[in-house]
Amino acid sequence: MDIIVCVKHVPETAEAELKIDATGKGIEKAGLVFDINEWDDYALEEAVRIKEKFGGTVTAITVGPEDSESTLRKCLARGADRAIRLTDQKFAGSDAYATAKILHSVIKTLHFDLILTGAQAGDDGSAVVGPVLAELLGIPHATMVKKIELGEGKAVVNRELEGGLEERLEVKLPALFAVQTGINEPRYVSIMGIRKAMQKEVKVMGLAEIGLSENDVGEAGSWLRIEKLYVPPVEKQAEFLKGSPDEIAAKIVEILKSRGLI
Amino acid sequence: MTEIFVLAEHRQGQLRDITFEMLTKARELAEKTNAEPVAVILGKNVREHAKNLAQHAKKVLLVEDARLENFNSEAYQRVLSQLIKENKPLLTIIGHTSYGVELAPRLAASLNIPLATDCIDLAFEGDTFTITRQMYGGKVNAKATLRKSESYMVTVRQAAFQAQKPPAPLNGQIIKVPSPLTEEVTTKRFLEYVLPPPGGVDITAAEVLVGIGRGIKDQSNIPMVEELAKALGGVLACSRPIVDKGWLPSDRQVGTSGKTVKPKLYIALGISGAFQHVLGMKNSDLIIAVNKDPKAPIFSFSDYGVVEDLFKVVPVLKNKISELKAQKA
Repeated sequence: MDIIVCVKHVPETAEAELKIDATGKGIEKAGLVFDINEWDDYALEEAVRIKEKFGGTVTAITVGPEDSESTLRKCLARGADRAIRLTDQKFAGSDAYATAKILHSVIKTLHFDLILTGAQAGDDGSAVVGPVLAELLGIPHATMVKKIELGEGKAVVNRELEGGLEERLEVKLPALFAVQTGINEPRYVSIMGIRKAMQKEVKVMGLAEIGLSENDVGEAGSWLRIEKLYVPPVEKQAEFLKGSPDEIAAKIVEILKSRGLI
Repeated sequence: MTEIFVLAEHRQGQLRDITFEMLTKARELAEKTNAEPVAVILGKNVREHAKNLAQHAKKVLLVEDARLENFNSEAYQRVLSQLIKENKPLLTIIGHTSYGVELAPRLAASLNIPLATDCIDLAFEGDTFTITRQMYGGKVNAKATLRKSESYMVTVRQAAFQAQKPPAPLNGQIIKVPSPLTEEVTTKRFLEYVLPPPGGVDITAAEVLVGIGRGIKDQSNIPMVEELAKALGGVLACSRPIVDKGWLPSDRQVGTSGKTVKPKLYIALGISGAFQHVLGMKNSDLIIAVNKDPKAPIFSFSDYGVVEDLFKVVPVLKNKISELKAQKA
């Protein structure tokens, strides 16, 4: 089974304090740690597990500048066989739609039985690239996938719905599945794995090689253009309890007592 | 007349809340753009839903087909493509739900209609369509414009708009549209719904919940917070990453893909406050949050906030509560 995994190199922002940059359209990247998008990490793990069970190859592909190479190296270290990085200055300003077109231009030339992506990315949270890529390739898809069981020419997948409910779907292969976090437990990378991955080649391709025009990519080829970023207005702000941990705990106890909670 | 489409979302015989949230926003936008709010419902035997929707929209397009009994994005795409091509709505609004994220991107790409997803606000400003959405887990808002087009599509976040009834029922016209599906959809088939096995603890029944998130760092730290929960006579709950890591079972998860809770006290420890979690707990009577990031969105939803390392606060707090209880006993 030949599997393609689409990955994105994103800043880890869950526990970081973010600042808006001078353009007002992006965030200050200095000081942020970049890594493989969390959802894509699960997609990669799922691909490697399928390969280990059924044989075949795993190809990791990303759209991004040179720093995103570290995310591809991580994929190689974790079991991907090949890595492709699509990059061009003309790609700047590409939204999820333009990114899907860029990925499509190369993936359509590759052999695959299955494409896996993350259900969304932690930075823009669009949840668009996977299904649009499936549309451009003319293959069926499922998003928010929590379980994949492969059969002959088809797969049965569990999709996450709201409130803990899931649905089971039967999907014909080749197909694209956008996976949800928690579908598996991504493995740690061994030092050996990282060393071996450093020797593997990452194929780099630009606009000229992928057969798209300038108008297909970047802002010109996008649906959406960011005009302005801002810190969300605070509708209600918590009353902050200050002091040493001991003083803070005492204040919490007083609040709980006054509410009859202890 | 120009129309604004709202795709009604329903499952297992129930219209979902987001449908009415979207219709409320559609009516507001329709008034400003001189357009007509139109509800679109696809399903099998859903005429009763259509009657309900007619009170909230000027028109209801009803497509009934046995092949639309359960949501199938492929079947929905075929039907909606035709409806959008024929009626050319100014805007089509779909929920940013499990169904919407499966359907909208592909539908928009097939029709070459610009799409923005997970929007929390929508506005037509002159001839520009502007949306607001969040990035980086809700830490930043983005105002963005869509490429100029005769028709647009958006998915909107759950609870971004408050559902309201129109001042007077609209008694919209129900128009039955023949189903354009001529054959079975075979690329993708709905099989069944699956409910998670019932767990040992019902967090929706608890009066005190101690919720933990990424900030808990390691599974070995869970007993410490569990002791605090016990001292308070409550139970542990959590945000999504904790379940993904397998540290707590899924029946402890609070949020859109987990449970909605309304305890007397919710203590959020190391939870940043992504909307998926917040939607599940913001109506708790009293919310106290502890987080190292002073700008964590959770503080906008809490009564009291503590900007501190949870590992410094929790043990002291637990001891104080235990001492107090020992004195009372």
